Amino acid sequence: MSAHTYSYQFQPHKVRAEFFRLLPISLFVVAFGAAFGLAATQSGLSPFQSILMSFTVFAGASQFGALDLWGTEVSVIPMMVVVFAINARHLLMGASLYPMLKDVSPARRYGLLLFLTDANWAVSAQDYQNGRRNLEVILGGGVVLWLAWVLGTAFGAYFSGLLQNPKAFGLDMVLGCFLLSMVLGGKATPRVVVVWLVAGVTSLAAWKWLPANMHVVVGALAGGAVGLFWLEPRVAGNSEQEGAGHDH
Amino acid sequence: MTIETTPVGVLILIVLMTLVTLITRFGGVFAMSFVKISPRVESFINAMASSVLIAIIVPMAVAGDAGALAALVATAITMLAIRKPLPAISVGLVAAALVRYLG
Repeated sequence: MSAHTYSYQFQPHKVRAEFFRLLPISLFVVAFGAAFGLAATQSGLSPFQSILMSFTVFAGASQFGALDLWGTEVSVIPMMVVVFAINARHLLMGASLYPMLKDVSPARRYGLLLFLTDANWAVSAQDYQNGRRNLEVILGGGVVLWLAWVLGTAFGAYFSGLLQNPKAFGLDMVLGCFLLSMVLGGKATPRVVVVWLVAGVTSLAAWKWLPANMHVVVGALAGGAVGLFWLEPRVAGNSEQEGAGHDH
Repeated sequence: MTIETTPVGVLILIVLMTLVTLITRFGGVFAMSFVKISPRVESFINAMASSVLIAIIVPMAVAGDAGALAALVATAITMLAIRKPLPAISVGLVAAALVRYLG
């Protein structure tokens, strides 16, 4: 295969469609962002600093994690370790998209990764399991999620009275419920169920006995190891993925 | 080493957080560019992908309060019944809110 022909046909109109596909969930993300903006200003950040952080970091759980260490001084190494540990799942998420990302140019590949976050990745990964190649959701979905996160942070930072207790509305569960609906939207073959069981048990064990924030990576690698030894049967959709990208 | 949270200090901290996060976004794909994608590697990747989701959700359910558990159970039931994500998520959030209001 030539290194200079990239076979993935990136479709601009699909980017727009994916933007609107993730718009409803982004409304929830605004509320979650408002919770962050409120927490950030309560930790001593100015509204501008809070918004800047959401704008450039764009990774909610790690931003909350950093706030836990915030004071008049911040210890640099512990802060970086916490941010890295919470965001280490991105390493695996990015790697899982590699079979598609290798088919776009490096500039576009790393450009897309700037927008990688849980929700748009979950859609793309689930589509891929179902035989559809969808990198457009990383960009389209990523942009709407990012706008929602930054906007929400601004709301929370400036109008702190608006959403004093997001948990009362269940808003802390938006991401968990979304990811769960993605899991259950897939096909559960015996192999997949074994993978889930291994991932679930090991992540729980890691959460209980290993240092904080390691459970996602440990569980994901353990589940992946099952796949290493129990190969998935070739799916028709996966072997014809060049054509399958156009079946919208 | 510590950084004081002066305006410049906060700026430096935000830049550091951004760089660390960027490394996590780019690193996995960069590492994979040295790996040849065999069926075995592809199988590992796909199993790992669904495992990421499970490994986020299961500890969340166990560590969370009754509201968190109610949200996940309600989402699961709705999703399995009607297979539409948005209604499933909405039902989950309502369940969490209700349980916390009553509890």
